[in-house]
Amino acid sequence: MIADPSPGDCADWQPSARLGTIRARAAMLGRIRDFFAAVGVLEVETPILSQAAVTDPALASLRTGVSGLGRPLYLQTSPEFPMKRLLAAGSGPVYQICKVFRDDERGRRHHPEFTLLEWYRPGWDHHRLMDELAGLVRAALARPDLPVERIAYRDLFRQRLDLDPWTATLADLRATALAVGIADAADLDLNADAWLDLLLTQTLESGLGRGGMTFLHDYPPSQAALARIRSDPFPVAERFELYLDGVELANGFHELTDAVEQRTRFAADLAVREQGGQFIPPLDERLLGALAAGMPACAGVALGLDRLLMTAVGAVHIDEVLTFPIERA
Amino acid sequence: MAFYSTSEFKGGLKIMLDGDPYNIVENEFVKPGKGQAFNRVRVRNLKTGRTVEKTFKSGDSVEAADVHDTEMQYLYNDGEEWHFMDPATYEQMTANANAVGDAAKWIKEQDVCKVTLWNGAPLSVEPPNFVVLAITETDPGLKGDTSGGGGKPATLETGAVVRVPLFVQTGELVKVDTRTGDYVSRAKEA
Repeated sequence: MIADPSPGDCADWQPSARLGTIRARAAMLGRIRDFFAAVGVLEVETPILSQAAVTDPALASLRTGVSGLGRPLYLQTSPEFPMKRLLAAGSGPVYQICKVFRDDERGRRHHPEFTLLEWYRPGWDHHRLMDELAGLVRAALARPDLPVERIAYRDLFRQRLDLDPWTATLADLRATALAVGIADAADLDLNADAWLDLLLTQTLESGLGRGGMTFLHDYPPSQAALARIRSDPFPVAERFELYLDGVELANGFHELTDAVEQRTRFAADLAVREQGGQFIPPLDERLLGALAAGMPACAGVALGLDRLLMTAVGAVHIDEVLTFPIERA
Repeated sequence: MAFYSTSEFKGGLKIMLDGDPYNIVENEFVKPGKGQAFNRVRVRNLKTGRTVEKTFKSGDSVEAADVHDTEMQYLYNDGEEWHFMDPATYEQMTANANAVGDAAKWIKEQDVCKVTLWNGAPLSVEPPNFVVLAITETDPGLKGDTSGGGGKPATLETGAVVRVPLFVQTGELVKVDTRTGDYVSRAKEA
């Protein structure tokens, strides 16, 4: 049957963001670029498409391809690996504002395609980068007096839940989840990190960043991702997250630079993926090559700009800050 | 057997939990910066009407419930069960008191109701939003009062009791909103 040649009657062609919000995004991007120009961080672009894909079992890459390459391509879940290759090539401090893509993430604060601001500071540790991130957020939101506090992951759990994430058993974690009234806590089959993620997202997160920015830092080593681990005297991952108005906005690391340790973590991720019957991605050998050649010690952070804009305009749903969400893309 | 992944969860989806059919009322995707994602879901048990919270690990699958809504005409009550007919196929079905629930006090023969079927059998019955019913009993009320202020109870032909204005009398037809149980107006005929 031939398509009806009548004029379009599709009702959802309109943007879901108001024009004022679209303008607020442009103004915010302008302030961010001014900030980095003033402190001498170089804006770069790296490919959105990659022959390798992220190994983190909690992230799902979207797959595509181009004619003639002979292998699939993956949409980046973050620009981290190519930016680290630039650092190893001697770029100095760099930042990037780009789209990233994550499958299976859709909700009030999640959209499969979103905008990240990511930057790296050679020679810095995560605490120094937290200071700069606080300054960037103040500049981006045009709120120069926004207060900042820091709390260690361990202290937060001890103070709020009377639980030590470093020593808690699975039974302790389940008992705490039951005590705070998490639905199905009696039946859920989770490992220790998933229990901690559940407690953080369902009971602690909404209280963070009230009246200012809260940096949560120094994570359990099992949640290091790509952070360095120091002995203090117990092992601590030099990782942080930023919360504002109960919403997680950014994740940063004092970056791992050891190629051998990086390969070991990739292998551990793949083992988890294999066990869970998940997709086994091709490893980013070029990142490992860059680390082996010598990437400078550095700190790096990724900030979700859609969520930052949500706080700026008081949006409760991410669709309010997107021109066209995926359902009407 | 059909399954839904948590990524397909949304309001209105019908799923099976512990052997009962549920309707997803609200689905919230929660995920930390790095790590395990969860779906925090509010579900309503379609048999009991009770709403509960559930937590799912994102990526888990749940059995789909074979539940759908259909328009059916109410035929008669045989003293125990309510008989309905699909107006398109003339297929007849019976619903028990549990399924009919509150609809029993509003519906009369010929009314078209929304019947929710689970595995092909009536699970719940929703009456039309508005019904016109005759008053079988109400106090005569005050003569000359047409303001409707105050009101009085009136028993309808189906047994339901609604508050009506004082000027409405036994034998008259009234239009009622079944969602609130409120009198709307007098009616000429059904």
